[in-house]
Amino acid sequence: MSLTHAFFAILRRDLILALRRRSEIANPLLFFVLVITLFPLGIGARPQLLQAIAPGIIWVSALLAAMLSLDSLFRSDFDDGSLEQILLSSHPISVLILGKIVAHWLVTGLPLILIAPLLAVFLGMPQPAIGVLLLTLLLGTPVLSLIGAIGVALTVGLRRGGMILSLLVLPLYVPVLIFAGNAVEMAGNGLPVTAQINILIAILLLTLVLAPWPTAAALKMSMS
Amino acid sequence: MKFIPDPVGRFFHRMASPPHFYALTETLMPWLTAIFLIFLALGLYGGLYLAPPDYQQGDSYRIIYIHVPSAWMSLFIYVVMAMAGAIGLIWRIKLAEIVAISSASIGASFTFIALVTGSLWGKPMWGTWWVWDARLTSELILLFLYLGVIGLYNAIDDKRTASKAVAILALVGVVNIPIIHYSVEWWNTLHQGPTVTKMDKPSIHVSMLVPLLLMAIAFKFYYVIAMLQRARLELLQRERTASWVKKMLMEQQL
Amino acid sequence: MTQSSPILQASGLSCIRDDRVLFSELTFTLNVGQVLLLEGKNGSGKTSLLRILCGFREPDAGQICWCGECISDSQYYADMAYIGHLDGIKKELTVFENLSVALALGRPGQYPLSDALVRVQLSGYEDVLVQALSAGQKRRLSLARLLVTQNRLWILDEPFTSLDKQGIKLTEILMTEHTASGGLIVLTSHHDLNLPAVDVQRIHLS
Repeated sequence: MSLTHAFFAILRRDLILALRRRSEIANPLLFFVLVITLFPLGIGARPQLLQAIAPGIIWVSALLAAMLSLDSLFRSDFDDGSLEQILLSSHPISVLILGKIVAHWLVTGLPLILIAPLLAVFLGMPQPAIGVLLLTLLLGTPVLSLIGAIGVALTVGLRRGGMILSLLVLPLYVPVLIFAGNAVEMAGNGLPVTAQINILIAILLLTLVLAPWPTAAALKMSMS
Repeated sequence: MKFIPDPVGRFFHRMASPPHFYALTETLMPWLTAIFLIFLALGLYGGLYLAPPDYQQGDSYRIIYIHVPSAWMSLFIYVVMAMAGAIGLIWRIKLAEIVAISSASIGASFTFIALVTGSLWGKPMWGTWWVWDARLTSELILLFLYLGVIGLYNAIDDKRTASKAVAILALVGVVNIPIIHYSVEWWNTLHQGPTVTKMDKPSIHVSMLVPLLLMAIAFKFYYVIAMLQRARLELLQRERTASWVKKMLMEQQL
Repeated sequence: MTQSSPILQASGLSCIRDDRVLFSELTFTLNVGQVLLLEGKNGSGKTSLLRILCGFREPDAGQICWCGECISDSQYYADMAYIGHLDGIKKELTVFENLSVALALGRPGQYPLSDALVRVQLSGYEDVLVQALSAGQKRRLSLARLLVTQNRLWILDEPFTSLDKQGIKLTEILMTEHTASGGLIVLTSHHDLNLPAVDVQRIHLS
C-alpha cells in the first residue's frame, strides 16, 4: 500500500515539476520536428525517396530526441540532493526510480507520439503505415526511456557525461529501431506486422521488469 | 554466500589476494607463453600450408584463420568481462573488477580485428570493402558496446566506482547482445534475402577445421596472457600504497 | 533494547581518497540518546564519513552495524534520515509538496505536516514555492523533514549553516528532544554545540 503510494508520489512530483518548467517538454519535441524537417532539405524534395525512408527517418529522430531528453531524468535531482533522499528511502529504490522513468516518458515520449502523425504526413507516409507507426512509438519509446535511464544513471555524476551517454545508450537502442522501423515499412507495403509488434511488446515487458534494477544500482554507484 | 562450500570460498579468496595473484601469474607467464606459441605455430602451419586452397575462393579464404577466432574471442571476452564484473559486484572481489576492465580493451581489439579482416575478406568475395552483412553489423555494434565500456571507465576518476559502473554496463550489455544479434540477423534476412553466410557452410573439410580450432585455442591463450599482464599493471597501480607492493619494490632494488 | 545497548557501531573504518588516507581504524559506538560530533578541518574526511554512514560510499575497510546487524541487512534505511550539504528540496515545489514527497518516501512520524511546520516556524508558508524562501528558511524546511518521518538516527552535515541565532537555537532544541525520546544523532559542525542535557561524544578527524 505505502509502496504504491510512494510510487505515485514520485510520479506526481515529477509531473508537477515538468509542468512548472515547460521547456523540458518542449525541447525534445522541437528537436524531433526539426530533425525531420532537415531531411527533405538535405535530400531534396523527392516524394518517392522520402516516402521510402520515412519510417527510418522518424524512428532515428525519435531515438535522438529520446536520448537528448535523457539528461533531464536525474540531473536536477542529482544537483539539488533530492536523489540522495530518494536513494535513502526504505522503499525498494527500483520501484521509485520506475516512477521517475514513467513520469519522464509521459513528459518526453508521449508528446512525440502525438506529433508523429503530422510528421508522417510531411514525409508522405501511406495511411495504414501511420497507425502502425503510432503503435510502434507507443511500444518503443518507453523502452528508450527505460534503457536510457540505465545509461544516464551511470553518467549522471560525470561533469561531461553527454558524449559518453550516446555511446552507452545508442547501441542498446538497435533492436527497437530495427523492429519498429521494419514494422512501419512493412505496413506501408500492406504486409502483416504482428511478428514485429509481438517482439516489441516482449522487449517492452522485458525492459520494464529488468531495467529499473541496474538503474538503481548505477544511481547508488554515482553517489559515491 | 552459503551456497558455496567453505573450502571453495577460501580457495577463491586466497587466489584473489593481490600479492598471491601477482606472484602466481609471474610463474605462470612463461608456461602460458610457450603454450600460446606452440598452438599458434601449429595453427598457422596447418592453416597456411597444409590446408588445401578453397575450390571457389582460392587462397583468399585463409584469412578465416584470423577472422573467425577473433570474432569468437570478441563475444567470449565480453561474456568473461560481464561475469567477472558480476563477481566483483556481488562478492566485492577487487581482482574480478580488475579482470573485467583489463579484458575490455583486448576484447575491443579482437572485435576490431574481426571487422577489419572481415572487410578485407569481403573485398574479393563481394567486390566491396563493406557489406551490411548480419555478422559484420553485429560485430560493429559489439565494438560500440566495448567502446562504451572503455569510455565509461576512463570518464570516472575514482577507479573503484568506475569498476562498478563498468560491471553494471557489461551486465546490461550481455543481456542485450543476444537480442541485438537476433534483431540484426532478422533485419539482414528481411532486407537482403538470405546471403551465403560465411560460417554456415554445409561442411568444412577437416583439414581446414583442425587449424581453425588450433588457432582458436592459441587466441584464447593469447587473451589470457594479455589480460593477465594488463591486470598485473592495473593491480600495481591500484595497490601502490599497499605494503606488499612497497616490499616487492624494495626487494627488486637490492 | 535497553537504554545503554549500542545501536550504531562502526569498527575499523578507513577511507582512502586519491591515495590520501582520510582516516583509518576508526571505531566508535553510539547508544540511544547520544550525539556524535565529528570535528576537524576542511578536507579531513567528515563528509566522507557521513556519506559512508549513509551507505553512499563503501568504506575501504571496516564495517558499520545497526542494532547488531550489518547496515545492508538491517532496518537501517527505515530508521535513518540524512540532511547533507545539498538540502534535497525542490525549489519549484511548494513547502507542502516537498514535505509530502518526503513523507511518501518514509513512514509517517511524530508530527503531522502542519504541526511540523509550526515547530520549525514555517506555518503559513505551506503553499509558497520554495524558491521564494530564504536560505535559512530552506534549512528549517529540511529540519521539518526529519520531524514528519519516523526515524531514530539523524545524520546531519553542517546543520547550522546559513541559520540565524534563532534557527540555531531551534535546531538545538529539536536535537535535544530527539535524543530525549531515544534518538541518535551524528553530525558535523563548525559551530559550537550547546546541548547541556545531552551526552555528546566527539571524534576529531585530522
